[in-house]
Amino acid sequence: MYEPSKEEAARLLRQMMEIRQFEDKIMELLAKNIAEGGSHLYAGMEAVAVGVISSLNPDDYITSTHRGHGHAIAKDGDLNALMAEILGKKTGVCKGKGGSLHLADLNKGNLGANGIVAGGLGIATGAALALKMSKSSKIVVCFFGDGALNNGITHECMNMASLWKLPVLYLCENNLYAMSVSIFRACSVKDFKKRAAAYDMPAEVVDGMDVLAVKEAATKWIEYVRNGNGPCLLVCNTYRYYGHSRSDPRVYRTKEEEKFYKEKDPIPNFAKICIQKGWLTEHEVKQIEASVTKAIEEATEYAIKSPLPDPEELYTDLYV
Amino acid sequence: MREITYRQALNEALDEEMARDEKVFLMGEDIAIYGGAYGVTAGLLNKYGEDRVRDTPISEAAIVGTGLGAALLGYRPVVEIMYIDFIGLCMDQLNNQVAKIRYMFGGKCTVPLTIRTEGGAGRTLGAHHSQSLEAWLMHIPGIKVVMPATPVDAKGLLKSSIRDNNPVVFIEHKMLYNTKGPVPDGEYLTPIGKAEIKRHGNDITILTYSRMLLFSLQAAEILEKEGISVEVVDLRTLLPLDRETIRKSVMKTNRVVIVEEDTKTAGAGAEIGMTVIEECFDYLDAPIKRIAGADVPMPKAPNLEKLAIPSVESIVEGIMEVMK
Ligand SMILES: Cc1ncc(C[n+]2csc(CCOP(=O)(O)OP(=O)(O)O)c2C)c(N)n1
Ligand SMILES: [Mg+2]
Repeated sequence: MYEPSKEEAARLLRQMMEIRQFEDKIMELLAKNIAEGGSHLYAGMEAVAVGVISSLNPDDYITSTHRGHGHAIAKDGDLNALMAEILGKKTGVCKGKGGSLHLADLNKGNLGANGIVAGGLGIATGAALALKMSKSSKIVVCFFGDGALNNGITHECMNMASLWKLPVLYLCENNLYAMSVSIFRACSVKDFKKRAAAYDMPAEVVDGMDVLAVKEAATKWIEYVRNGNGPCLLVCNTYRYYGHSRSDPRVYRTKEEEKFYKEKDPIPNFAKICIQKGWLTEHEVKQIEASVTKAIEEATEYAIKSPLPDPEELYTDLYV
Repeated sequence: MREITYRQALNEALDEEMARDEKVFLMGEDIAIYGGAYGVTAGLLNKYGEDRVRDTPISEAAIVGTGLGAALLGYRPVVEIMYIDFIGLCMDQLNNQVAKIRYMFGGKCTVPLTIRTEGGAGRTLGAHHSQSLEAWLMHIPGIKVVMPATPVDAKGLLKSSIRDNNPVVFIEHKMLYNTKGPVPDGEYLTPIGKAEIKRHGNDITILTYSRMLLFSLQAAEILEKEGISVEVVDLRTLLPLDRETIRKSVMKTNRVVIVEEDTKTAGAGAEIGMTVIEECFDYLDAPIKRIAGADVPMPKAPNLEKLAIPSVESIVEGIMEVMK
């Protein structure tokens, strides 16, 4: 098992807590109609974004998905600017023009969330092409859901990346459902590793509810990609705790299944391991949690108090 | 008359056509168990079973492509593209295959395929879930493009679309699903290609469709108090346009404002405006005015989103200008 240092363990726990509390807060803001529009929440899947992105160098790149808050936070996103963006405020990371579905922070190597399922595949693969052409040692991690496996561009990009040995790690977040449609009703091949075989690239499936397991696999495959071996596919089996979006009554899954995955909650389980292993004391865990709560409250206040964009912004940023 | 929502009206149309003709079946993302992202297909899985109400993988190109194949062999598929913003993913199927196949094959086949989708802004969903792309589709000979604004038209036009032996792209509006209106009990059809005058007037004609009909009717109400009598034409079908209704209205009022939610440049209004010029230029007493969406991707911020599309106020203002 991957053995983090004390500081690293604290960082992993903190980031996962930030994502969870951020998402719980967004849910609350949606219920109060303070946040408008859609928001796909990452709660339950924290170990994936945190396990993978913490294994990258800060100047590596990622592409994200419609469920992008977790990736953005893990890629060193500023909580204030992310929260403000989701509320469509001037102080948001995209000046309030993108919103939840288009969170991006290019300075941090986050090439953006995407409103189109599989929309990040081309961007990630093209970024990897640029890195290869410029002989860079940086790599790209391309996040996408199980649903994105079934869109054409996914196949086109994986083939190209493998053909040209591009430095991209395809990271499939398999949370069993694409909106309401389970993988068993949508995918002819249930073992996603086999998809990689079609493009002659290696693949591994890991428990995406276990941040250390994710980190161990991610570290290995990031090195593989960085060393010029071409792309690979890492599948993280995970679960989203909320509905697909706010209005989803979740009739397509059972309460038992939800309970099963609640018990595998990556955050309390990792906290327990941290205490057992002596990486953190119980008190330290509580301290981290309290300081995250404070940071989320501050971000919320910042976002709510921030002004909307100026009307002139409607026409800016279209062309350079 | 009973009042039902636009959503219920669409659901009834699907239900009635499925009951009437076993060749009608539904395919799309999250349409079966979930009942559709906007709830239009709710209840149909239980009634007609998985064979005729199919959840698909997220494979837009294949949804339209397989719809075409099944249509060629005599089925009447009604496929759903969840948001019109995703139409790009199946545009090749639609433009190169669906629209052209009958013509290319010398008229030896028919394509009774209906593609339901929805569009428009209003929910602050940002640039990938708020577009109005009807003009892209109007540029494709071989398909029809239908955009109902009211529950009664939604039902009658969807039934006509399903029965039509040509491919029809049927574009709903996300802000209309909860709107209510009178819908007669029992069977009726609304003809494709026929506009309807939703408010009679003498001074100026608004040519509009979809959600902008509602804004236009409100604007007309306000202008009535200012002594301006506005005729509001709901085009309902954009391809083919109802040139006759347009001509008759313009010949009566001699002034035209086009109200459209899509982006202005090369938008639907450009075609509608040129149609007016071709049909009755000599009858115009003022230049045609377009009140349209801003030529930008849809921004997330709620204030910018409102600014990016026409409003009742901007319609009133625009009409005042033309009446000066
Ligand atoms: C091309 C495209 N088709 C459909 C949608 C609507 N949609 C948004 S998210 C989603 C499900 C995606 O499932 P998955 O890729 O497994 O990601 P998850 O939501 O489970 O994280 C769907 C169907 C979309 N945004 N883009
Ligand atoms: Mg999924």
